[in-house]
Amino acid sequence: MLEVTQLTKTYGRGASAVQAVGNLTFRVAPGEFVCIVGQSGCGKTTLLKCLSGLIPPTSGTAVLQGQVIDRPPDKLALVFQEYSRSLLPWMTVRANVTLPLRSKGIDSARREDLAEEALTAVGLSGFFDRYPWQLSGGMQQRVAIARALAYQPEILLMDEPFASVDAQTRADLEDLVLRLRDEFDVTVLFVTHDIDEAIYLSDRVIVLTPPPTRVREVVDVNLPRPRDQIETKGLPAFTRLRAHVFELIKREPAGSAGDEVLSDQHAT
Amino acid sequence: MTTAVGAGPALGADDHGGQRVWWLPWLTVLGVLASLEALSRSGAIPQDHLPAVTTVLTALGAELRNPTFWLRVWETVQAWGLGLAVAVVAGIPLGLAIGSNRLAYRIVRVLIEFVRPIPPVAVLPLAVLLFGTGVEMKVYLVAFAAFFPLLFQALYGVQDVDPVARDTARAYGLGPAGCFVWVTVPSALPYVATGLRLSAAIALIVTIATEIVVGSSGLGYAINEVRYASDIALMYGIILVTGVLGLAIAIVFRQLERRLLHWHASQRQGMAA
Repeated sequence: MLEVTQLTKTYGRGASAVQAVGNLTFRVAPGEFVCIVGQSGCGKTTLLKCLSGLIPPTSGTAVLQGQVIDRPPDKLALVFQEYSRSLLPWMTVRANVTLPLRSKGIDSARREDLAEEALTAVGLSGFFDRYPWQLSGGMQQRVAIARALAYQPEILLMDEPFASVDAQTRADLEDLVLRLRDEFDVTVLFVTHDIDEAIYLSDRVIVLTPPPTRVREVVDVNLPRPRDQIETKGLPAFTRLRAHVFELIKREPAGSAGDEVLSDQHAT
Repeated sequence: MTTAVGAGPALGADDHGGQRVWWLPWLTVLGVLASLEALSRSGAIPQDHLPAVTTVLTALGAELRNPTFWLRVWETVQAWGLGLAVAVVAGIPLGLAIGSNRLAYRIVRVLIEFVRPIPPVAVLPLAVLLFGTGVEMKVYLVAFAAFFPLLFQALYGVQDVDPVARDTARAYGLGPAGCFVWVTVPSALPYVATGLRLSAAIALIVTIATEIVVGSSGLGYAINEVRYASDIALMYGIILVTGVLGLAIAIVFRQLERRLLHWHASQRQGMAA
């Protein structure tokens, strides 16, 4: 489905260059739910921008279903953390959801159908003609998710989508995404800094090192599905996985990686 | 920051505006008018400097039945409207174009920064030489004055597109044209609306000033006419009319802005921009 090979991204040139993504290699299988975790500033957002074709990688490739990603792929949809900035305030909820479908050349009746289906699926059937700013934060993020689903992607990229909603809403949205993933049969790549969230949602967790970013370890999450906020998080296996991932993130950069960090800092 | 605004209370937030004392500002107006009347009638200020309010209104009332007066009003409104229209048609697209192209902006920046501070009145004699004293000359000057606020507001507006909104549109496959129409232009709209409001006011000032200096038509010329006739009361009356015209323009454009930008944070919270 998605193959990332030796991907690096460096901003700027020469002495002032900042290496945002060191060297990343991983793959996501069809139908998988994969979470990427790492400390803040480890280049997660840069990685997603490369994967969504918004910026070119400095070296290496990302391949989606056999196609090298060199511009925004139409089989890929994106959900940002900043829902209030990612939704357009001058458009109704319905228009926000249908807008991306124009670029796919879908006719207007079909656009309406797709939008209504997606909005109903996220539980916003009564809010088609509201404006995003008339809705709560959680509802706005639901609109953004509906927009992504209506786009009929094969893969859904989510960039810390629930980092700015309250805890209860967050739990609801996590369960919503798990349900929608089955309903719409979509592969999900989910970036978060929340270890509990990563383990609760995913089939596999990719743990990144601090910059220059590499894959520290890929952790398989073999917790039973369907997941449940109380039951799953109460399992001993969940606790073990959480401790393991936590250690991976906290661990000091070992050997050569540490030296690179230091030499980078001296260089700047 | 933006998140906080977007997530704020929205539904029914405008339920309790300050509508209870709508008559309070009008009371002030009435009070001032009454004081002026008293000052004039009592002789505290000589009548030929400040005629009584009632005298002014009587003179103006008589003038309102004069077709020539309405011709003057029309001449002013016409020059104002045409000049503003030229500025809109030239300034907004040019601002949008220059603003969305970094190279274009760098090429013309010095030029427009140099031309902008020239007061329109300084160009007046040139305009008279080129266009005579007719309506073309007025339109030229008004357009010159109204052009720059529109140009700069459109230019700044285009440059202030939220990067997240732009990334979203691009990630969802909207090409440069799609991004421009659906994201860039609406983002710039609040800026353009402010530019329009500023330009409309400036255009009226320049129209009247031109008519006074190179008088051949319009309300500015009417003011000159009553000056030669030493009709102080009517002069106050016509000055009042120019004020009413300015107020009407301000109200129309404010309403237009409210209609067009009902989705914008400044309008949502019922605040003046």
